[in-house]
This record gives sequence, structure tokens and C-alpha cells, in this order.
Amino acid sequence: MSASTSDVVVTGLGATTPLGGDVTSTWEALLAGRSGVSRITDEWVQEFPAQLVARLSTDPADAIDRVRARRLDRSQQVAVIAAEQAWAESGAADAGVAPERIAVVFGTGIGGALTLLGQDDVLEAKGPKRVSPFTIPMLMPNGPAAAVGLAIGAKGGVHAPVSACASGAEAIRWGLDLLRFDRADVVLVGGAEACVHPLPMAGFAAMRAMSTRNDEPERASRPFDKGRDGFVLGEGAAALVLERADSAAARGARVHARLAGAGATADGYDLVAPHPEGEGAGRAITAALRDADLSPADVGHVNAHATSTPVGDTAEAAAIRSSLGEHVLVSATKSQTGHLLGAAGALESVFAILALREQIVPATANLDDPDDNANVQALDIVRSEPRRATLRAAVNDSFGFGGHNIALVFTTA
Amino acid sequence: MSSTQEIQSGLAEILEEVAGVTPADATPEKSFTDDLDVDSLSMVEIATAVEDKFGVAIPDDQLANIKTVGDAISFIEKNQ
Repeated sequence: MSASTSDVVVTGLGATTPLGGDVTSTWEALLAGRSGVSRITDEWVQEFPAQLVARLSTDPADAIDRVRARRLDRSQQVAVIAAEQAWAESGAADAGVAPERIAVVFGTGIGGALTLLGQDDVLEAKGPKRVSPFTIPMLMPNGPAAAVGLAIGAKGGVHAPVSACASGAEAIRWGLDLLRFDRADVVLVGGAEACVHPLPMAGFAAMRAMSTRNDEPERASRPFDKGRDGFVLGEGAAALVLERADSAAARGARVHARLAGAGATADGYDLVAPHPEGEGAGRAITAALRDADLSPADVGHVNAHATSTPVGDTAEAAAIRSSLGEHVLVSATKSQTGHLLGAAGALESVFAILALREQIVPATANLDDPDDNANVQALDIVRSEPRRATLRAAVNDSFGFGGHNIALVFTTA
Repeated sequence: MSSTQEIQSGLAEILEEVAGVTPADATPEKSFTDDLDVDSLSMVEIATAVEDKFGVAIPDDQLANIKTVGDAISFIEKNQ
């Protein structure tokens, strides 16, 4: 991999998650094996089959002042918090980049659901005149991207990919393309989600997609385990600052990792069910490797999408095995964070980057009894405790309802 | 009927809640947009809060003419 002007590097990271209010605390909690999952105790949950949630560990109100917060949906609040962390860490604000050369790509799966549903309650109870004038800018799915763009003063374009649980990863891919096409000099990318509310909970539960292991919250999210029975809904955001390697080097920026390639495919199979053999997912990984000019042997680690649903995890195991082989160390970090939907791909990319930087692979919690599926059995899924390893490249893959598949390849700085 | 002073302090409370304006800054000569950084959507929220607090509805065509805190106080005084 020769250095060229199209090399793209990661110079800033930010996150607010069920494990911590920033990247450092989240990563430490992940490596320590802590769980962000708890049981909902609100009255409304009594009739719900799935009562578990991975809530933010840190209240957004701790990081955003009250007046600003009341004009931002919770999904926008977490986006801004993660983005401002990444932006500050990158030092890009002091690098003299013209605002017209700064872009934002920030995805979300659901958008401002809490605002939409909350204002519908206002409409029903008090009538149309009491609906907030901020309803639309708070519920629109480009709301997190727009809020982030305002927060950092980006004028080079603000974009919002919406591909369900692949949105955060898709944002990273868009950012890579923007830099390669020289449409911007710095791109802040990421994903945000905050939709813990009875309606999304009921909808996912109706799909039988959520874990009902209500009596064991911390053991409910168990990717690849024989006893898995669905995902746990999480909330949070993660952000990354991307720029071309030469300009990052010129300003002396700290480089966490390289974003070496990306691949995107669609299953063309079913609106929600993954292709059982992970055909589209495997193609995305292969495409990302080709884009990065790497071979499967170069990849040492995969941060898997692995949501803990019965059908999703086996399809992904097939995809990983067919595209990369059996040597890669696989982590399923949703076992501790829950499923952050449109933020998942961004957060798990942060984890993949930290794994490369620190040369350590996080463990998959709750993997007591791996599925009998031959592909799951064939994979080297790290469990019990994190594993030290010599890593040169890592893959993060993300999949979304709709058949969206995104794979990203990061390499060491 | 609220006195001018009561209206001013009530309006200041609304401005603090909706737009984070320090109550001491909510003086009659201040322009909502130029001095207090209150945007048009926040003005709609303020109008709703004024109706709740003082029982005075501000029609949209009148809201556009309310430029300063003093304009709002006068409107409420005349229409309460």
C-alpha cells in the first residue's frame, strides 16, 4: 500500500454509547466486559414481550445546554456530542480548512422518532396549534447530519444516508468517496440513533426481532450463541474525522488508522430477511478488500454486525467465512452495547480502529455455547476475554433492513 | 389584567425558557432577532407561551410586526 493522495486516514474519534460518554470510557468498558443492557422499569413496558434496552450511560443533558437541547431531537443531541468530540480530537478546526471544504455525512436508521411520536401526543391532546415549530427539523432523518454540520461549521455539503442499520457504515463509505473525488478536504462522518420508545419497541417485537430474555438483561444479547433470541435496542452515536493522508501528515495530525477501502452491495433477496448464505454481505466484504487492494490473508479481525438474531448471525458467519476465511478473529460487540441501529456501523468502526491501534481484539460476551451451524463453528470468535494479536487490517461490516450491506476495511496507521 | 411590570417579567420568563435569554437582558428596547438572537421558529413558541400565560393570542400577521420586547409588551397590554 503506497502512500498516495487518495489515501484516507482517520484523525478523530467520538462516541456516546451505553458503555460510556466518550470513546475512552466506552472502549475501557468494552474491554472490561461490561454490559450496557438493562430492563425497562417504566409502566408502559408491562405488556411488552421484549423489555430490554441499552440506554446511554451519560445523559445528553450533561454535554448540551438546555436551550440548545430543546431544539434538537435526542438523535441529534447524541450526534452532536459524538461529532464535537471527534472534531475536537482531530484538531481540524485549528488547521485552517475553509468551511467550504468541510463536509458531513451522518446517518440514522429511524430519525427523530421521539419527536415525531411525542408531538403526535401533543397533537392528539392539545390540537395542532400546540405542535412545536421545531417538530419538522427535529424529526427529519437528515436532522442529525444537519445539526452536526451546523455545530462544526461545515459548508462543503451535509449528507444523510438512510439504510437502516447500515446507515452509520454507509456514512463512512460516503466520506471516503467525497475525499477520493476531492469534493472536500475534511469529512466528519458517523451515525446516530435514539428511538427508545414504545412504538419502535413494539414494532421490532412484532417482527420477533428482539430478545425476550427479560430476566437476564446483561446476558440477553448473545451473538452466535445457540441460545440467542434477538437483539437489544440501544441508543447512542459515534463519529469519525476523515481526511486525506497527505494533508493530515502536513498538519501533523494524529492518525488512528487508515480507511483503506469500502464495499456496498444489496441482497436483492427480501425486504428484511438476510440472504441465508450471506451472499450480498460476502460480496460487500470482497468488494471492500478489492477496493483496499488487500487479500483475505491481510485481514486479522472482523467487528461483525452480529445482532444476536437467529437468522442474521448465521448468514453473516457464512459471509465472513466465504469472503475472508477462518483465520480472522471475530468480535460481536453488540453483546455489550446492544444494537445502536443507524449508529452501529460507526461505533463498530471505532472499535475496529481501536483494535488495530491497540492491537487487541474485544471479546464477544455471552457466547457460552456457539451455534451448531457449520459456519459459526468454523469461525474464530473471540470470547471470554480480549485477545492480543498482531493486526494489520480489520473489517467492519454492517447490514440493514432493505438488504443493504456495507463493508469497510481499516488498516494500521 | 397584568401590569406592564408583570407583563415584562412574565415575558422575560418565557424568553429564558424558550431561548435562554437572561431575564435582565429582556428589556423593552431589545430586538428579538438582532439583540436576543431569537429566531423565527422560537418566536412562534414565544407566541404560544404568551397565549398560555396572558390569554392573548397573537395572530401571525401581528407577530411579524413585533420586533422588540417593548412591541410584545404593548401588544399584550392592549389585547389582554
